[in-house]
Amino acid sequence: MTAAATSLVEMPQPRSLPYRGKVGMASLIIAESAIFTIFVVAYLFYIGKSLTGPTPGEVLETPIFFTICLLSSSLTIHYASRSLERGRRSAFLSLWSLTIILGALFMCGTGREWHRLIYEHGLTISTNLFGTTYYSLVGLHAFHVTAGLIMLTVVLIFGLAGRVHKDHFRRVDVLALYWHFVDAVWVVVFTVVYIVGR
Amino acid sequence: MSSNAITIPGIRVEGKPWLETLHEWVTTVDHKRLGILYIIYGLGFLVVGGVEALIIRIQLMHSHSDFVSPQVFNRMFTMHGTTMIFFMVMPVLFGFANYLVPLMIGARDMAFPRLNAFSFWLSAFGGVLLYFSFLGGSGLYGAGNAPDVGWWAYAPLGARAFSPGHSTDYWTLSLLVSGFGSIGTAINIIATVLCMRSPGMKLGRMPLLVWLYLVMGGMVLIAITPLSAAQIMLLIDRYLGGHFFDTQAGGSAVLWMHFFWIFGHPEVYVLVIPAFGFLSEIIPVFSRKPIFGYPVMVAASVAIGFVSLSVWAHHMFTVGMNSYANSFFAITTMAVGIPTGIKIFNWIGTMWGGRIHFKVPMLFCTGFLFQFLIAGLTGIIQASVPVDWQLSLSYFVVAHFHYVIVGGILFATFGAFYYWYPKMTGRMLSERLGKWHFWLFLIGFHMTFDVMHIPGLLGMPRRIYTYEPGRGWDTLNLIVSIGAFIQAIAILVFVWNLIVSYFKGAKAGNDPWDAWTLEWSTSSPPPAYNFATVPVVASRRPLWDLKHPEDPDSRYE
Amino acid sequence: MFALSCLLLPPQALAEPSTSIFAPESTPAKSIVNLSVFVLIITGIIFAVVCTLLVYSISKFRAKSVNADREPAQVYGSNQIEMAWTIIPVLIVVVLFLATARVIHAVQDAPMPGTAVQVDVIGHQFWWEYRYPRLGIVTANELHIPVSDATHPTPTFLHLLSADTDHSFWIPQLAGKTDLVPNHPNSMWMDPQRTGVFLGQCAQYCGTQHAKMLLRVSVDSPEDFAEWVREQRRPAVTDERVAAGKQVFEHTACINCHAIAGTPGNGRFGPDLTHLMSRATIAAGAAENTKDNLRLWIQDPEAIKRGSLMPAMQLSKSDLDALVDYLETLR
Repeated sequence: MTAAATSLVEMPQPRSLPYRGKVGMASLIIAESAIFTIFVVAYLFYIGKSLTGPTPGEVLETPIFFTICLLSSSLTIHYASRSLERGRRSAFLSLWSLTIILGALFMCGTGREWHRLIYEHGLTISTNLFGTTYYSLVGLHAFHVTAGLIMLTVVLIFGLAGRVHKDHFRRVDVLALYWHFVDAVWVVVFTVVYIVGR
Repeated sequence: MSSNAITIPGIRVEGKPWLETLHEWVTTVDHKRLGILYIIYGLGFLVVGGVEALIIRIQLMHSHSDFVSPQVFNRMFTMHGTTMIFFMVMPVLFGFANYLVPLMIGARDMAFPRLNAFSFWLSAFGGVLLYFSFLGGSGLYGAGNAPDVGWWAYAPLGARAFSPGHSTDYWTLSLLVSGFGSIGTAINIIATVLCMRSPGMKLGRMPLLVWLYLVMGGMVLIAITPLSAAQIMLLIDRYLGGHFFDTQAGGSAVLWMHFFWIFGHPEVYVLVIPAFGFLSEIIPVFSRKPIFGYPVMVAASVAIGFVSLSVWAHHMFTVGMNSYANSFFAITTMAVGIPTGIKIFNWIGTMWGGRIHFKVPMLFCTGFLFQFLIAGLTGIIQASVPVDWQLSLSYFVVAHFHYVIVGGILFATFGAFYYWYPKMTGRMLSERLGKWHFWLFLIGFHMTFDVMHIPGLLGMPRRIYTYEPGRGWDTLNLIVSIGAFIQAIAILVFVWNLIVSYFKGAKAGNDPWDAWTLEWSTSSPPPAYNFATVPVVASRRPLWDLKHPEDPDSRYE
Repeated sequence: MFALSCLLLPPQALAEPSTSIFAPESTPAKSIVNLSVFVLIITGIIFAVVCTLLVYSISKFRAKSVNADREPAQVYGSNQIEMAWTIIPVLIVVVLFLATARVIHAVQDAPMPGTAVQVDVIGHQFWWEYRYPRLGIVTANELHIPVSDATHPTPTFLHLLSADTDHSFWIPQLAGKTDLVPNHPNSMWMDPQRTGVFLGQCAQYCGTQHAKMLLRVSVDSPEDFAEWVREQRRPAVTDERVAAGKQVFEHTACINCHAIAGTPGNGRFGPDLTHLMSRATIAAGAAENTKDNLRLWIQDPEAIKRGSLMPAMQLSKSDLDALVDYLETLR
């Protein structure tokens, strides 16, 4: 049956369909973008509508340093992937670890900021509309950073155990794509919260 | 896999302990088995949701009836809507996707088999969680309550202040969980279609069902997620003191409506687009002609996917948007009818000049065509905004959307059952029982849903547990309820057919319908690996080419 | 199906009062009927045409035993036909949209004349509060508005608010419905052209007793309306014979939710009772306003409207009798 099918036509030119890991991750990113969009819309809609409590202008400090950390981690993970593709394992491991450190620094920054907002300014998720939308949006992003850091750490552990090889670069690239997404979301969140919203 | 042929477990598999069979099914990652699991799961909830509908209809047979209390009634309509959409139609459609998509593109499985299994069990858990609310939720009036806020859970009705206890949380969490399952399946479908097609299967040669599932997958990614986001916001409001929808703190109830309907409207297109896929496979085979206008059908499907993202606020015409917003959503809603109409014309164009065999799958598809036409037209009527100011929130809308979902989607799905059951089980469903199923269901459907438009025109709002006598609604509601019982009998006939034919149905062979797509080239049921050698195709109808080597499609495409 | 409904409706429409959308008595409702007839005609024609094509294909192209095993001509499509059945629907949509947009603006953007009667409608679970800000009246559940004459129009403009969840104000004969959403004021208008009673009910699910949040609008002649306004503005009737009942009212939890002008009762959670007996029904239309029903409502509201927010007052028999006697005087 299928042999007969081949006899009817010439074997088609070999073509390369996209790597399913990439397509799967791209689809996940599209879905996640939709979730973030809704939170961003809520944030933008409620700007200036709080009835009480601290306003963004009063309490927010622009986290420039930690933003630079996070965005540079996109560079480091990119080079880490490239190193793995070329088989340079030690470069891969160092750049990968650097990515994790930069991401963790960002999380520390977020933690510090939240501590300051809660304890010095009394802004919590239930204080007012600004509090609700701010903690939800930044928190959703932080959750995704944390999930990413966990996955990056798992890969690091495998890498340190010597089990990550050049052939795995496509899978590692899929994870890097997720990490780039998380950084891109931060660019949007940063703009909306620290620039537009103030 | 220990056996070559995948069969539904039963008494017939000799020598294998039932526990081992059960274990195989629970741990399976095979797309065909997961497809069947999804379908059986959905059928179970069809019966449960149907019982809820019957309770509603018994209560509404007479004015001032006290068959159930208002509290129970409100739970019934909430659960009926939530169940039918999320735990009946979605699983059944995902089931068919799982089963058919890899077979139709010549692949051996979906792109991510373990994600596939995970998504199924996640969605299944969601359904169980929702029904656990009858036991575990403590609602407004004592322990053990299911959600009663309507399947939209409008703010602020869903807030802690108006829905104390946990009944609303069961709604939120079960849908959040099954939503993630749906996203997983959508990712799988997209990756499978884009990355796993067999040689020669260009995008332009895929069966239309595969195209339509690709569009549906894309829509699930961006339509289900707004609901997930809104539900997270609702949980934050209910448990962390958030104010997303807290009107006392300056929050907006209308914002919930926007978020819900940004999900809710594309969701119904998520449901109907696979039904379009079923029609696009069944009608050509039973008309003995290729689908009329394949490229236009693809374009129309994609167009529907995009335009349907812009119509959501037609569910909110009475909420008090300004006249410009109302006009915008009026025109987008009318516009989405255009590619939809084009598809109807193309299906008729497929039948035109054909030699139509009215086997049961074709009967159901013909029913779809009449009924979906009417449903689309009542949709256009409601798109005329001022008319919708009267019709919205009334039984006219309830009649309209049941016309789409039951008269359209369910009819097409029944057609799909009769068409692909032989492939899945190796047996034909009984034609005789199938005809009984069709005619009984047709009569019951029309008795209920044709008549149901009228109380809406006479001012009967929806979601009311009782109504005043003397408004002209009594007799009409009685007729509607009788039709519901006739439909219930038809469903019983269908379930009986499914069971009896499994044991006694005629053997189907590979290709009982003389069809043209790849799934009919392998055995019924297919082996675990689907195809012995990976098929190579040269046209949209590879089996037509094989059966008609003197006149293959590849010459014309 | 639609023909059938149109045949059914005129007799219904004549039966007073009607809730049919096809028995309009006010300009917004009339323009909706006119638009709906136009839309029905167009959709009816589309239905007839497509149905005919479908029925024709089913009968003409059915496989007959003679030719059942030969395949028909394999036609793949036709660009001209696709163009035709794309362009025609586009034109139909344009026409329908223009007709729709015209009526949207005419109804929604209608300016409020100086002669309009203004009413604030506040939706509650499960009753309606009406305040006439310019007339200084507060009442509940039964709305009185003046009839509007085409030459000297006196429409009523409703300002729609909500104290709790979402509701919707729907009197089919007078106008399309508009929702009452908390923190989102809406407005609608009506200019009923004949006197009489018009019925409707809440159309947006608002909780357990959504079904019994009924609407009753009395459209009065100008003289009757003026008389009604005068009566509503009068302070509460004080009758010494029912002083005992007044005491019961003032010293029980009643005053937390209900207001009666001239007593300490100024609660706004429940309906204002100052002119309770001017209403034909109680509990937002759930029961007729009779002495027995009033008694039952106070003693056991679940018997009349299960799930309503009126608590059972648990009064002694003598207190209950006195209270009901008192309430019966509140014209």
